[in-house]
Amino acid sequence: MSNKVFMKGCEAIAEAAVRAGCRFYAGYPITPQNEIPEYMARRLPQVGGAFVQGESEVASINMVYGAGAGGTRSMTSSSSVGISLKSEGISYCAGAKVPMVYVNMQRGGPGVGTIQAAQQDYFQATKASGNGGFRMIVLAPSTVQEAVDMTYQAFDLAERDRSPVLILGDGVIGTIMEPVVLPEMKSDEEVAALKAKNREWAIVGHGRDEKRGYIQPGYWSNDMQEQHCRNLEAMYERWEQNDVQVEELFLEDAEMVFVAYGTSARIAKNALEMLRAEGHKVGMIRPKTLYPFPSKAFDHINYDTCKCVLDIEMSIPAQMVYDVRMAVKGRCPVDTCLRSGGNLIERDNILGKAREILTGGAN
Amino acid sequence: MEAVYTRTKTLNGNLLGFCPGCMHGTTFKLIGEVLEELGIDNKASCILAIGCCGLAQDAVSYDLATAPHGRAAAAATGLKRSNPDTVVFTYQGDGDLASIGLAETIHAANRGENISVIFINNGIYGMTGGQMAPTTLVGMKATTAPGGRDPKQHGYPLHMAEIINQLVAPVYIERVSCNNPANVRKAKNAIRKAFQNQIDGKGYSFVEVMTSCPTNWGLSPEKSLKFLEENMMKEFPLGVIRDNG
Repeated sequence: MSNKVFMKGCEAIAEAAVRAGCRFYAGYPITPQNEIPEYMARRLPQVGGAFVQGESEVASINMVYGAGAGGTRSMTSSSSVGISLKSEGISYCAGAKVPMVYVNMQRGGPGVGTIQAAQQDYFQATKASGNGGFRMIVLAPSTVQEAVDMTYQAFDLAERDRSPVLILGDGVIGTIMEPVVLPEMKSDEEVAALKAKNREWAIVGHGRDEKRGYIQPGYWSNDMQEQHCRNLEAMYERWEQNDVQVEELFLEDAEMVFVAYGTSARIAKNALEMLRAEGHKVGMIRPKTLYPFPSKAFDHINYDTCKCVLDIEMSIPAQMVYDVRMAVKGRCPVDTCLRSGGNLIERDNILGKAREILTGGAN
Repeated sequence: MEAVYTRTKTLNGNLLGFCPGCMHGTTFKLIGEVLEELGIDNKASCILAIGCCGLAQDAVSYDLATAPHGRAAAAATGLKRSNPDTVVFTYQGDGDLASIGLAETIHAANRGENISVIFINNGIYGMTGGQMAPTTLVGMKATTAPGGRDPKQHGYPLHMAEIINQLVAPVYIERVSCNNPANVRKAKNAIRKAFQNQIDGKGYSFVEVMTSCPTNWGLSPEKSLKFLEENMMKEFPLGVIRDNG
C-alpha cells in the first residue's frame, strides 16, 4: 500500500518524472513553475542524472533535444511566454523524432501576460506548438494526483512514439498542494534498460559495422520529407484511435453538458454537483487529452434532452470551443463561460450562466 | 601495392556537395582522420549546425544530429551531460556560432562543457547566398551590405576566439586555416588536441578554422585563397590563443 504524501503540483510532477526514469532536465526560471527546476536541481544528482540551468528557454529546450537525441529520458518546463521561446526546439523534436516531455504551467494573456493561472495557450498546445504543422499528445491534469500519473505516463508515450509530449497545466495545478500517491520508482537497472533500447537510433557513437544514429530534422529530398509528414500523420491517426483520455459524467439524460479541462474542470464539477442537487440534469465532458481531442465523447450526449453544451475555459476569447463545436456537429447550441487574465473562473460564473440557460431566463 | 594514403573511413563515399574551392570538405576530412587515428569514430557524435555544413550530413559515417540554427552548443551540452562517454563535437559556421547562436556559444564555453567546438569562419553566409556575417570584414561586400560592411552601420567583425578567451573555463582555443599544406597539418593537430582534451576530461576546446567562400565572395578559388591570406588572416590572425590542456 503506497503512502499518501502532501506535495505541491510542480514538485510532484518533478518527482514523478524522476520516478519515470527522467535523468536529464534543463530549464530557465519563470513563474509559476520555478519549483520544477529547483526540485530537479536537488533531486537529479541523487539518482545519477544531470540538471542544467540553461541561459534561456531556447538553450534549455535544445539541451533537452541533445539529451533526448542521446536516448536519455529528458524534460523541460516553462510557462506560456517561455514556451513560445521553446517552440523552435519543440518543432525540431517533433520533426527529428526526439522523445521528450515538457510542461507548460499556463499564465494569463498574450505577451508576458499575468503570472496567475489561465488557459490561454490551448491553440498553441494543440494546434501550433511550433512551425511545420506537427501534433503532440497533450495531457491536461485537473488534480495534482492526475499531474503525477500523467507525467509518469508521458515518458512512456514520448518514447513509444519518439515524439514530444506536453503536460498542459496552469498556475493552480503548479502551485496547489494536495495529497498524492507517487508512482513506483524505476530502478537504475530499469532506467538503464530503457536507455539501452533507444541505442538503436540514438546518437551515442555507433561502430562502423552498425547503422549510425542519425537525428534528422529535415530532408534534402522533397519526396522524403513528404513521406515523413505522411508517417507523422499516420501516427496522429493512431493516437485518435488509441490514446484519447476523457472523463464523461451523466451524459445520458443531460439537459446541459459542461466541457472543461484542468483547473476549470475542478470548478465546473463543483458547479455541476450543486446544480444536480437542485434537480438540474447537468452532465460533463472533461478532456484529459486535449490532443487527441475526445470528439467521440460528444456522440454520447443525448441530443433529445440536451439544450446546450457549455464550453468553460479560463481563456478569452474561447479556444477549445472550436474543437467542441466540431465535435457537437451542430446537434445543439454551444455557448461559452469564460474568465481569464489570471482571474480564476468562479463557481458563481458557471452557476449563473447555467441557470440562465436551463431556466430559459434570458431571451 | 601497399596503400599509403586512403580516404578516411568516416567519409562514406557520398558526395559532400561543397562548392569548388570551399574548405568545408578539407575540414571534414581532418576531423574524420583525427577520429579514426584516436580510435574514437565509434564513440563520436556530431552536432551539426544549420548552414552549408548540412551538405555533409549524409557523407559522414559517425552519429549525427542537426541542431536548430545556432543551438549546437546547447544540444551538445545536453548530449554530453547525459552521455559522458560519447565524444561530442559541434561543427558550426560563423552565422550559426557567432550570430544567432552567440548566447549558446558563450554560455557553453563559460560552463566549460567537456566538448570540442569546430568553428568555420569564412566571413559570410554561404547557404543563404552571401549575406553579411558577424565576421564579415570592414568594407567587404555582402548581399545585405551592398556597399560593403560599414562600421557606422554594422559595427566591426566579431573575434570569437578572443571573446571566448575572456572566459575562465575554456582549456584550449586556437585559430587555424586550411589555406596551404603546412596550415592543414596545423589545423589537424589543433583538431586532434581539441578531441584529446575531451577524452582526457579536460573541458571545453574551441578551434576556429579560417576558410574561403569563393562562390559568395565572388572570387575564383585561387583569388579566394589570396583574399583569405591577405585580408581575412590579417583581421583574424592564426595561432594558439590559449592552451591549458
